[in-house]
Amino acid sequence: MPILSFLVLPQAGAMEQLCADLSAMEHCEIIPSDNQEVVVLVTDTPDEEAENKLQEMLKNLPSLQSISMTFGHNAEQ
Amino acid sequence: MKLNRRAFIKSAAAGSAIVAAGSIFPGISFAGWQQQEGASGQISWQKAPCRFCGTGCGVLVGVSGDRAVAVKGDPNCSVNKGLCCVKGFHSVQALYGKDRIKKAQVRRNGKMVEVPMTEALDLIAAKMKETIEKHGKDSVAMYGSGQWTIPDGYVASKLFKGCIGTNNVEANARLCMASAVTGFMTSFGIDEPMGCYEDIEHADVFVTWGNNMAEMHPVLFSRMLASRKRKKNVTIIDFATRTTRSSQAADKSILFKPSTDLAVANAICYEIIRNDWVNWDFVKKHTTFHKGKTNIGYGTEDHFSFTDVPEDISFEQYKTFLADYTPEKVEKISGVSAKDIKYMASLYGDPTKKVMSFWCMGMNQHVRGTWIQNLVYNIHLLTGKISTPGNSPFSLTGQPSACGTVREVGTLTHALPHGVVMNEHDREMAAKIWDVPVTNIDPKPTYHTVEMFRALDRGDIRFMWIQVTNPMVTMPNLNRYRNGALKDDRFIVVSDVYPTPTTAVADVILPATLWVEQEGMFGNSERRTQHFDRIVPGPGDTMSDTWQIIEVARRLGFQKQFPWGEDEYIGKIWEEYRRFHDSPKHNMASYEMLKERSGVQWPFVNGKETRWRFNTKHDPACKPGTDFDFYGKKDGKAWIWARPYEPAAESPDQEYNFWLNTGRVIEHWHTGSMTRRIPVLHNAMPESYVEINPEDAADLGVVNGEKVKIISRRGSVTMKASINGRGVPPRGMVFVPFFDESYLINEVTLDAFCPISKQPDYKKCAVRLEKV
Ligand code: SF4
Repeated sequence: MPILSFLVLPQAGAMEQLCADLSAMEHCEIIPSDNQEVVVLVTDTPDEEAENKLQEMLKNLPSLQSISMTFGHNAEQ
Repeated sequence: MKLNRRAFIKSAAAGSAIVAAGSIFPGISFAGWQQQEGASGQISWQKAPCRFCGTGCGVLVGVSGDRAVAVKGDPNCSVNKGLCCVKGFHSVQALYGKDRIKKAQVRRNGKMVEVPMTEALDLIAAKMKETIEKHGKDSVAMYGSGQWTIPDGYVASKLFKGCIGTNNVEANARLCMASAVTGFMTSFGIDEPMGCYEDIEHADVFVTWGNNMAEMHPVLFSRMLASRKRKKNVTIIDFATRTTRSSQAADKSILFKPSTDLAVANAICYEIIRNDWVNWDFVKKHTTFHKGKTNIGYGTEDHFSFTDVPEDISFEQYKTFLADYTPEKVEKISGVSAKDIKYMASLYGDPTKKVMSFWCMGMNQHVRGTWIQNLVYNIHLLTGKISTPGNSPFSLTGQPSACGTVREVGTLTHALPHGVVMNEHDREMAAKIWDVPVTNIDPKPTYHTVEMFRALDRGDIRFMWIQVTNPMVTMPNLNRYRNGALKDDRFIVVSDVYPTPTTAVADVILPATLWVEQEGMFGNSERRTQHFDRIVPGPGDTMSDTWQIIEVARRLGFQKQFPWGEDEYIGKIWEEYRRFHDSPKHNMASYEMLKERSGVQWPFVNGKETRWRFNTKHDPACKPGTDFDFYGKKDGKAWIWARPYEPAAESPDQEYNFWLNTGRVIEHWHTGSMTRRIPVLHNAMPESYVEINPEDAADLGVVNGEKVKIISRRGSVTMKASINGRGVPPRGMVFVPFFDESYLINEVTLDAFCPISKQPDYKKCAVRLEKV
């Protein structure tokens, strides 16, 4: 049950599309910057399988230029 | 009630991403982020100013039970309009560090032992009495802070200056903005900026003078970037001694050699006159020309004293003085090309452009700090670009109440809540309001901060009470002052929230409440007073700094001057203090109004805040019938000063061949005693480092992360090298952030100061480097 956060940069001119794509994905919450083309993404997946699936989808998102992780927490207790 | 654990973790995850974004993208903001949103139903929100920098962002503190759990930007506060930087977002965590000081401690046989608060307060009062009896009233001193609330500073001043009768009251703001004060006083005869943050939305050009705003004032920097994005024709010039995040975001970065900003400012004025960009109507009506003493020294010796002697000069004499500062000549001194100097002059000189100049420590911590402020004001006065929306020379502050407490309450040796101790009328006013004999108030100032610590070392001061600050990290030439504090027969009281190198030298430690654990007020850089309530209880025996002083004052026999009850004292103190400023030049809002609003700007006259002082359209204190009235000066005219370029107190030579420049980073505030206890900020920037130019590093054979020893004539520090990190100094300079008590860079710095302001220069001394 990991909770992760990332900084995500859109392809040129694709900020709005990126926000729309990420918002539509399950287990994702976004905080777009209001003055720069940068999005904070927080993911909260229920299990490893969902996590792997999500990572695969993120990798293949056409509106996404780069993604870097800033926080990782495995919430298993 | 327990908050949802996953909501907490998600908030922490978002928080760390935002910290990372803040350090990678200068000025980035996330207005939509509300910490703890997942648990918002369980949180009540109350307003406060941010605890950290002098920007004074309004925040909403989220409380769950009796614990502060979240912060968000206050959308009703015009300072930040809902934005916050990473420090602000995580500020409540500073309340809950594991090693919080919760009990009073006294030193017994060399060891600190916990005692009841009353015992510690009794001991302080007894020790003060004994010291005064043995060594005289000027042997006891109070050293406070620009983080003091307004009531803290007010009662300190009342007790020491009004009741005990010593002017031994200083504050660490002497180290951060004293040159700003003397700059205002010498150019305008009255302190604090004429403009306000709203200027940012009106200006077309921003020149930042030695000021890394992207890291030090990130919310204002965001407003600047947002304005550039919105208006398109906005130009940002970063004029600095090293390349920083601010340089990367600016339209142009111009580097100058240390101290030569004086020469460049004069060259800009030379160009303005040469091209006839002078606003003659303004200059003739509203300015006069002056010169002062030159070769004024550096204050490195004990008992140094200096008094300037101003002389009137004509415009023609001023023009002749500037002949030494042609762009071509100044290029040779400063390293700034004549072309760039002319470009800067053309921006200031263009009558169609509104220009803001911003500065902070680069111009303040400068052995000619007063002069450089005068020279930047000269540029704005010659062009008439002042006191109108968007035309604004703007001195920023570093601490949340350097303006509110230190400058307005007057917690410096020469000052009173209104005016100065040297002025009979000001002493009479203070004596009347304080209900003390006027003879109690000594007309002679005693020690400014550096001299106060020298007096402690010499033994002229035997007792010092330090509140809300950490001088054993921040004093320049620190070894001397730490050894002084540790001498036998010195008694040091420290009120603080966490153990620091300063509590380490204490004989008594008092546990203090922090920020929203007490009621109080701060005053920010744009003349805005901001009230905050006691929102959560402080832990253990913690007590507000104000109440600690009141308790000691009563034990010293001053019950009459400190009569208030614990449930009312802040309101009563505010209303008493407000009497000092009862005039259209400085009138302040009532206690009730401060409680209601997210800050109120002074002068507050007839229910209206004054955004642009000295401008008759906006400022009710101006004489009717004029467009501008610089009423701080008797004739209503601002002073244009002929001030020359003079070099730093210590410059690199063959033996010590590098400049050492010190400063801050975005994640940490001041000495890091609070922000280093906030895990996300500490993890983002766990330790200090030394920035080295890549070519110098190659010459030394040092790669990123390798250890380097920085050695000056006063001390040395060994730390990791940062090459091509977030800041890059030019060849021949190193830069070290001072937030980390494990690397006391102030053991290396020099205690030279501006002879007029007495503010030390932390930006320039000579060091050599050794690979370790
Ligand atoms: S530290 Fe300064 S810029 Fe950051 S939120 Fe606090 S007041 Fe605003």
